[in-house]
Amino acid sequence: MKYARVIHEGVTQNAAERDGLLMLDNAKLVSFDDVTWLPPLNPTRQPRTILALGLNYADHAKELAFKAPEEPLVFLKSPSALTGHRQTTRRPADVDFMHYECELTVVIGRQAKHVKRGDAYDYIAGYTVANDYAIRDYLENWYRPNLRVKNRDGATPLGPWFVERGDVPDPMALALSTTVNGKLTQSGNTKDMIFDVPFLIEYFSSFMTLRPGDLILTGTPDGVVDCRPGDVVVTEIEGLGALMNTIAAA
Amino acid sequence: MSFLLMGTVYGTLLNFRGELAALGGKAHEPPYKAPPRAPVLYIKPANTWSEDGARIPVPARVHEVEVGATIGFVMKGPGDPAGYVLMNDLSIPHESLFRPPVKFKCLDGFLGVGSKMMRDEDCADPGWFVLEVRINGEPRQTVRFNDLVRAPRQLLTDVSEFMTLGAGDVLMLGCDVGRPRAKVGDTIEIRAEGLGTLTNTLVAEAA
Repeated sequence: MKYARVIHEGVTQNAAERDGLLMLDNAKLVSFDDVTWLPPLNPTRQPRTILALGLNYADHAKELAFKAPEEPLVFLKSPSALTGHRQTTRRPADVDFMHYECELTVVIGRQAKHVKRGDAYDYIAGYTVANDYAIRDYLENWYRPNLRVKNRDGATPLGPWFVERGDVPDPMALALSTTVNGKLTQSGNTKDMIFDVPFLIEYFSSFMTLRPGDLILTGTPDGVVDCRPGDVVVTEIEGLGALMNTIAAA
Repeated sequence: MSFLLMGTVYGTLLNFRGELAALGGKAHEPPYKAPPRAPVLYIKPANTWSEDGARIPVPARVHEVEVGATIGFVMKGPGDPAGYVLMNDLSIPHESLFRPPVKFKCLDGFLGVGSKMMRDEDCADPGWFVLEVRINGEPRQTVRFNDLVRAPRQLLTDVSEFMTLGAGDVLMLGCDVGRPRAKVGDTIEIRAEGLGTLTNTLVAEAA
């Protein structure tokens, strides 16, 4: 089952996919065009912790002229960076290189501390798709990638769907792709991650407690290109859905 | 947990002039290559938050913890400050500032949060704040906020250029050089006129 979180006629609610339509809380069926799509996450009591990986695919690390890291390169994001499916993300006027990053995103389902790799999947609620935009012009070499590159308002679209763990038999063998204005620009597979999902849960939970609703964005393969205002960017992961975003001029 | 902890807590690196001065020529060499232009920020996620008086667990592998006495600039709405609160931004000491410090700064409990807020309207000049740090009663550091690279409002303006700080978000003003170190069994007190005292004790993490 695929779940969404939407605003319909002013009411924020959960919805489920039914044969190409959305079934709302009151069982009414509406079309995808009749709602505003939010990140497919229920509210949490505390702000959710959002961990994101850099250089987690060997080909992308090579593309950016880095050797593959020996331990995860991780940074944090705040919930203010998230936005929903079919929303826009602003590109500042003065930049030369803003690119998407299609990423398998893990949603934590149970409080996790000192979790062993073999038990890691038990702590996952499900999965979604992230597009973790970066503006490379703003990279500086202090706590890189810095928040000005990676934590901009609305620069991390998430969705459209939350897909339950049981509906994704092998998250480490999913095709990823990105199109810009319909043209394929990025193509990869989650099997090529350097640090896979069970490793990441063991690693993070070795020093911090993860809570239900926390997110892990697992990095992107190679094939990132500059996106201009008006470009329609679709990041898609096999079995999880296609997340659409449009670049807007700031 | 304290009323103010409802949003994201951001820390600021290199907001004390002494921090960059201490790096000297290194700030111009690889991997940094140049001093920073924009604010250098990091996030202290919810698992790090500790109330005043709380015992903070230290893993057995960590021999010393760096004390980061600072002030949190708390928001009540987008870009609208509520006031100032003492914070103890603990870290595992680390040399390199090249990569995000998640494994050094995001351990459970590694952010002490004061229980008293000075309202923004009652604070004519945040440069007036002086923090006294004591470990087991011994004075170990005095932190003055009168010579920041970016004073609180300027920092808020520069950060707001790319992200909005909303209700309950906190922007910490930075930690000066000379940060004392503490170990399991130590009690850390941070005190300032108008902000009260923030006390936390380091304890061994349960196995």
